[in-house]
Order: sequence, then structure tokens, then C-alpha cells
Amino acid sequence: MRLERRLEQPRWLVLAVPVGSIAFSFAVMAVVLVATGHDPGYTYRRLFSAAFTADGALTSTLVFATPIVFTGLAAAAAFRMQLFNIGGEGQLYLGAVAAVGIALWLGDRGVTSTPLLILAMCLCGAAAGAAWAAIPGVLRAFFKTNEIITSLMLNYVAALLLTYLILDSFSYWRDTESFEGKTFGIGKVIPEEAHWPSATLDVAGEVVVPLGFAMAIVLAIVVWVLYSRTRFGFELQVIGDSQRTARYAGMRLRRKILAVMCLSGAIAGLGGAALEGDFAHQLDPTGLPASYYGYTGIVVAALARYNPLAVVPVGFLLGGLLSAGFTLQGADFPSGLVGVMQGIILFCALGGELLIRYRVRIGRGMRGPASAAAEPAP
Amino acid sequence: MGEPDSPLLNEANVGGAGKSGASPVPAVSMRQITKRFPGVLANDRVDFEAAAGEVHALLGENGAGKTTLSNVLTGLYRPDGGVVEVYGNPVEFRSPRDALAAGIGMVHQHFRLVAPFTVAENIVLGDHRAEGRSFVIHQRAIERRVAELGERYGLGVDPQARLWQLSVGEQQRVEILKALYREARILIMDEPTAVLTPQEAEALFETLRAMAEEGRTVVFISHKLHEVTAVADRVTVLRAGRNVATVPAAQATQRSLAALMVGREIDEARRIERERPAGEEVALEVEGLSVPGDRGGLAVKDVSLAVRAGEIVGVAGVAGNGQRELAEAVYGMRGATEGVVRVNGSALASGDPRVAIAARIAHVPEDRLGTGLAPSLSVAANVVLKSYRRPPVSRGPLLAVRRMRELALSLIRRYDVQTPGPDTPVRNLSGGNLQKLVLGREFQGEPRILVAAQPTRGLDVGAIETVHAYLRDAASKGVAVLLISEDLDELRAITDRIVVMYEGRIVGERDAQTATVEEIGYLMAGGRDEA
Repeated sequence: MRLERRLEQPRWLVLAVPVGSIAFSFAVMAVVLVATGHDPGYTYRRLFSAAFTADGALTSTLVFATPIVFTGLAAAAAFRMQLFNIGGEGQLYLGAVAAVGIALWLGDRGVTSTPLLILAMCLCGAAAGAAWAAIPGVLRAFFKTNEIITSLMLNYVAALLLTYLILDSFSYWRDTESFEGKTFGIGKVIPEEAHWPSATLDVAGEVVVPLGFAMAIVLAIVVWVLYSRTRFGFELQVIGDSQRTARYAGMRLRRKILAVMCLSGAIAGLGGAALEGDFAHQLDPTGLPASYYGYTGIVVAALARYNPLAVVPVGFLLGGLLSAGFTLQGADFPSGLVGVMQGIILFCALGGELLIRYRVRIGRGMRGPASAAAEPAP
Repeated sequence: MGEPDSPLLNEANVGGAGKSGASPVPAVSMRQITKRFPGVLANDRVDFEAAAGEVHALLGENGAGKTTLSNVLTGLYRPDGGVVEVYGNPVEFRSPRDALAAGIGMVHQHFRLVAPFTVAENIVLGDHRAEGRSFVIHQRAIERRVAELGERYGLGVDPQARLWQLSVGEQQRVEILKALYREARILIMDEPTAVLTPQEAEALFETLRAMAEEGRTVVFISHKLHEVTAVADRVTVLRAGRNVATVPAAQATQRSLAALMVGREIDEARRIERERPAGEEVALEVEGLSVPGDRGGLAVKDVSLAVRAGEIVGVAGVAGNGQRELAEAVYGMRGATEGVVRVNGSALASGDPRVAIAARIAHVPEDRLGTGLAPSLSVAANVVLKSYRRPPVSRGPLLAVRRMRELALSLIRRYDVQTPGPDTPVRNLSGGNLQKLVLGREFQGEPRILVAAQPTRGLDVGAIETVHAYLRDAASKGVAVLLISEDLDELRAITDRIVVMYEGRIVGERDAQTATVEEIGYLMAGGRDEA
């Protein structure tokens, strides 16, 4: 059996392969479920209901979907240009830190205007995320340091910063008044006025749509327009395809690399601000890193093939899977099995990508992958 | 077939039919070979026969099916139809290894050698018989055999030398030795002279003749007419995937072969005089330019030259003697450590293509796809690659996508670019059309200077004619053209003056009308200029 690169990628495959991969992953998971004494049909029905149809299921799905759509957009924006910013995780933390910080600070100074607080949180969150991403950006642009390593390492630094702010010091972010705050170390809650509003829609039961999710949809459109309809986006396309060609066309590569890293970081930082404004309202040094929003965003971006518009639905579906996982687990369904299920689904979905780009040949074929790719088009 | 029992050459095996080429059983016989690729019929019922003891040329334009046919013969492709016989036995190769076992060796256009290894190591690498098979490599024995083989065929190369130390010509000898070491009785050479100086090519032809005289078969793939007539016994001409004719080389002329190849009469390489614009002012001036290379050290050393408006100056040299770096430095892709580039008298800041573009220097880079074009982007995107910053292609920060398409369509029409449409990714276009696209785009900027690096390399005769016409046309409109090429016929045909580069320096200058190939080849190979 060997793989051959496809000369052309048929359009129908782009849809058929993801659907087929998901179906395949459910089939594989069914084997695991039967082996562990569960009824696959019943489990899948519960899964689907917990994600989308049960009372309050969509509201809960959106809670999970909102941050990962932001980090998904952050990853898509950078990956499209072959800049592998793995630091969405840390950039999201920094966004959260800055947004909570400015909300607390303005609250202390008696600012009670919600729009003003939201605006300040968004700006500071985005700026902090951009600044954090600028570190690997500068290193990459000026010293050719591998951004995968540096951005990944900075995630750990950012996580430790969270720990330091809440657990290891009496910082501005830590609740130092209440008893729990003094003994266990929890974050100060931002003022009521800085809690972001949400809209309640009535579609098959009540669905609470957080402001952050609406913002993410708008942002997805903005990123799409930026990449496909502007001069800046044109330059990014050329740079992403061939850096030599970009240099030949007189494009300023370093600036673009830095700009894209900052853009990606700003989106992730904005995600951190939305997470705090919509749901968390205080810094949580253990819960935030345990959610892996940044890394999940990379998966979202990959499944969406780095298309910002596709990030929204993919993030929504993945949010449903994550949300249902929490509902599913219990005495009869261990959380480890939930993890196994989510893992198998993601693995198959990403593995299926290969089938879009390559063709599988069974038997001793004559044409190696290299020769097929090198075939000149007469 | 089976594996040869002795690593030593078995003389009895080597055809023994003499050099007449009239052996009763042909060494290679391919009948009705058909090979399809998605959307293309690369070989359409091709018949091909080569006798033991002959040099058989396979001639055709790019995309005529030469490489596909040889890939079928070497087991890289399996044909969709047809029969292959080797020394009268029908064979069905499943991999190049099977073909090798049957005595068929190939020297690819792009060498498959490992730079840090020695010559001897490269030669046994991947050989699954004898020395290559054993766990311990008997370095000495291999080196001795390599030296022996080299001596016998005039392929002198030090078996202990590391590959990276060798010139391109020497590397090619290693590839040939590799095939001989594996006892290839049928040797396929894919455009072997592309990287050689005329002198090196002469030496190669002698080696090929010597091998044929021993009874081996040489299949020589080329699209250069003069080589084919110089070295081959017979010539098979392919056109559009079909075998057009097989003729004895002695009865063919370059003109008749060219007609078979392109299906019409074309001009042999000869000078076409063009009108020179009156102005004699110097448009491009390079003074004392030194440019670093990729591996450290200077690739261009203290080069000075001047090109007048309307003049075509050729830069001759074997690949790797600093021509590419010179072109890149003039265009600003590469920073110069010393010296200056002036356009119409004013010096340019070094190392910034945007400065060069603003000074209206156009550049056709050696690497069309990957430098001159963004391979996976559309034709339309590549058409506006340099004009996207200004109206009408962009309005403020926004891109006028519809204008991009319109511009692309008009360029496609004007420069006759064969493409399904402006939205096709350019990597799907053939070499000639890529070059038309690059040239068309560069002329759109109304350049004062054009730096063209190997603009016809790998193109077929028709496309080469077109490119030459474009270059001549540009010059007659007053563009100063710097043409970098390894093809001496091309340089003599369309340039006014030729400078020769060797090891980063300009070692001589000749008038293109009076220069001879021998003279320039001598300078290219490092000969001293007595003139």
C-alpha cells in the first residue's frame, strides 16, 4: 500500500472526506463502547442530545464554542501564512489577565458604563495577546528562530504567570478580602457592570448567545475579508506560498511576519477577554490552563482548513462535543472514556485530511509518490 | 533476467553485435507503448527500437513524451498498453530495480547523489548486489573498481573525493560510473549536456561513443539539434506523444529534424538583426560589484559592466560561476558587499527589490516557479504580483478582484498564455507558458532594464523563439537587456556583446557577431583570455 499525491483535489472530496471520517470514528468508537460494556446507540443518542437538543444544551455548547472559535481564528490567521503560532493558549491567558486587570482597575475608579468597560477589556485583551505573540514574532522575523518552539514555550510562562498572580502573590488580581481568597487564593471578581451581556434567543427552547460568540462571528468575517480582499491579505497569500516570490515582488517580509503574529495574538487575547467578560469574571489559575482552549483552537483551525469562515461552524460542533463530554460522564460512564471518544473523533477527522491530498494505492504500484508528483504537465 | 552472478563485467553479455546497429535482436524494443495521465495522453502507441552498439537519440519538444517513454523503460511507470522487450525477452518491470537487473541504467537530469559521501560510496549506494549488499563495505575494492572503470571510459574522477567537492560535470561522470558499475548494458541519458560546457559535452560524447563501440546501447534524450546530429547513429523524433519518425542521423540535417520535431519549418539558430534605437546613453551600470554567495565567500568578485538602452548584453558561463548572484544583486534580491548599481546615472540602494522595481528594473529569475511566480496562486494573482500596490489593482487597502481578472485576461490574450483561465493555479501551466506569463507581467511595468536569467532553459523550440522575439522586441523599444544564459547559440543569436563569467569574475568580452562557440567555451571553462 502506498500514498500518491493527488494531481487535483476534487471538490466533492472536501466535503465527503470529513463526513466519512466522522462516520468512521463513530464506528471505531462503537467497538470501544461495546468492549467496555456500553450500548453505542444509546451513548450516541445521549451525546447528541447533550450537545444540541436537550434543554440548555445549545447554551452550554456555546460556552465551550466561544473561546475555541477565537483561538481557532487566531491559529487560522497565522497558519495560512505558514507561521505556526502554537502560542494561542498563552496569548489567551494574557488577554484574560489584561481584560480582568483593566475591568478591576476601572471599577475601582468608579467607572460603571458597561460599553466603556467592554471596549476597554477588548482593547487591553487584544493588546496583551498581541504583545505576547510579538515575542516569537520578533524572534522569527529578525533572528529566524523557530516560532513553533518559542510560542509553545511561552504558553508555560503564561500559565506560571497566572499561578503567580493568584496563588503565589498578593497581586492586584487576587481576592485578598474574603476568607477563601486569603486561604486558597482565588481571583478577584470583576464588577457587575463589566459582565458582558448576552442575548436570549428562542429556537427550540431558550438559547443564551453570549456577546463573545457574536463578536467571534463578526471577527471571522473580518479576517476573511482581510485575507481575501485586501492588499495586506494578498501579500500574506504570496508570502505563505513562497517567501522567495514575496521577496522578488518587493514585499517586506519581516513586517508581515510580525504583523501576522500580532494579529493572531490579538485574536487569541480577545478570546481571553471574551472568556472573562462572558463567563469566568475572575482569573482561574487552575481551570483556565486545564481547558486547553488554545490547543483546541489549533484543531479547530486544521479541521476548518484554515478558512476563517469555516472556523465558526467547526468551533460550534467541537464545542458541542466538549460540552456533551461533561454531561455524559458520570458513575456509569467514566471521564476517561469521554476523552477516548473525543480523541478518536479528532484523530479520524484530522487523519481524513490525508485522503484529500493523497490517494491510497493498494498493491505494488509502479508509480511512486515522488514520480507522480514530478510528472510534468505536457 | 535474474541477478548477475559476478560484479565484474561479463564481456559476452555486452551485446557483441558491433557498432553497425544492425543486430538481429534489438537491445530494446518497445511496441505500441501507451501511457495516460489524468487529462493527458503522454505516449500514444509509440514504437521505439534501439540496437546494441548504437547511440540512439530521442528528440522532441518539452512535453513530447520523451521522459515518459524513458520512465516506462526504466520501470518507473507501468505502461497502459504496449510491450517492452529487452534483448528479445518480453519484460514487465515493477520498479527501477527490476530494470536495473535487466541491464538498464539511467542518468537523470537531476543527479541522485549524496553530497557528503565519497564518489565510491555514492556508486555502491542502493546497489543490492555484491559489495553494496554486504554489511561491511569493502572500501578499497570498490575504489579500485571505480578507478578501473573510470580509466576505461575516460571518466576520470577520484573515487575518494567527496561529492560536494566535484564540479557538475564530474558529478555526471559519477552518475555514469554508477550505471556502468551496475553493469548497465543499456544506458539512458536524460538531457545530459544541460549543465556542461561545450568542451565537457565533447568529452561526454566521446565516452558515449566508446560505450557504444563496446556493444552497449545509449539512449540519448535531448532537444538540442546539434548534439543529436553530432553523437547519434539514429534519431527517433517524438511529437505530442507520438513517434513521428526514426531516421539515421547521417541522413538528417538540423533543419529536417527541427521540422519533424515541431511539425513545421523553423529557423536554425542564427542572428536576426534588429533595429537599434538611436540613444547611446548607458541605462545600467554595474561598478566593482562584489556579492556574497549562499555558502559564504564571494560569488561575484569585483564585476563591472554597462548596458546601453536598446542593447542586449549576454552573460555566458557554466552554472555556478556567479551569474545568478550577479542578476540577483542587480535586482536587489541579494545585497552587495562592495560596488554599486546605477540606473540612468543614479545609484540604487543595495539589497531591496522594491528599490529596483521603482527604478523600473524588470527581472526574469532563473527559478520561474518559486521565485518569479507564486506556484499555488492563480494566474490573476501572479499577473498583479508587482502592480498590486497601486491603482487600478488596489483602491486604498482593498483589492479590486474584478480588475485583477480583467488584467489577467488581457495579458493572457496579448502574450498567448495557454491556460484554462485566470483562476488556474500557475503550477499547472507548462514551462513555456509560465515564462510567457512572467515576461508579460514584467513588460507591463514598462521597464528600462530587463535582467533575464536563463529565460529559455527547459523550454521547447517554439517557446524559445517566442521568448527571443519578446527580448528583441523589448530591446528595440529601448530597454537595456542583460541576458544570462548557458546556451551559446542563444547568446550569439540575439545579443550584441557577450561577457564571460568564471569563478565570479568577468574573464572576457566578445562581440556577439564575431565570437565563436569554441572561443567562448574556452573562456567559460576557465581558459585565459589572450585577446
